[in-house]
Amino acid sequence: MALSPNELSSYLVIGAILFSLGVFTVLTRRNAISVLMGVELILNSANINYVAFSHFGSGNADGQVYAIFVIMLAAAEAAVGLAIVLAIFQLFHTIEVEAAETLKE
Amino acid sequence: MTVSTVVFYLVVVVTIGSAMMVAFSRNIIYSAFSLLGTFAGVAGIYIFLGADFVAAVQLLIYVGGILVLVLFAVMLTHRITDVEITNRAAGRIPALIVVGVLVYLLVQTVRETPWAKAKEIVYADTTAKIGDLFLDTYLLPFELASLVLLAALIGAVVISRKEIKE
Repeated sequence: MALSPNELSSYLVIGAILFSLGVFTVLTRRNAISVLMGVELILNSANINYVAFSHFGSGNADGQVYAIFVIMLAAAEAAVGLAIVLAIFQLFHTIEVEAAETLKE
Repeated sequence: MTVSTVVFYLVVVVTIGSAMMVAFSRNIIYSAFSLLGTFAGVAGIYIFLGADFVAAVQLLIYVGGILVLVLFAVMLTHRITDVEITNRAAGRIPALIVVGVLVYLLVQTVRETPWAKAKEIVYADTTAKIGDLFLDTYLLPFELASLVLLAALIGAVVISRKEIKE
């Protein structure tokens, strides 16, 4: 299928592919940093949809404002998430997510 | 095929290709650097969508901030000289099946939905509009965002510092 920069559906397809790759990363990785990378991919795909609907839809900038909020929250998430990863590394000397399961015992 | 279509395809290939590197690479350093291509490509897609301010914010925060943070975390938690597989993946086959079904359903839905044709696409600068919205309609979320950022800042410092026991 042909992608065109002037059609809404091509942007939605790009967003869907990015989202699926992000979900795949989150599902398969055993490394906490990689899981966070997958979450960033998912947030980016959601942002593409916001901006695309804002561009092809009503024409006002509401979707772009939401996209900026998402970017802001992603920055906060990355800071706190990576701080937690570093704390886990200090405690367990590994960042495999399976290692941090002492709460189960 | 016009020039803009060619550039669009280039941007899409860079975005999806480096996202696949993030998902499938066996080395976490490659994954982290591939994230650069994805973020820059998404910024290019924003430019195609006429969202100049969001594209600039994407470059500043994602490429300049989050990516550097991720790279720092990778460097601080790995001995890079180790040649072993640093980015282990498990359960790839079931995940591939689930994700394949997911992407098929999503793309099929997008293609079968009769989207309204865009009226007339105007490319105007959006910064002033976004600023107006932030200080008018979205004032409360905007102020809340500053609180969230402050909390995240303090939280990150508290969580990642070393505890000094007397």
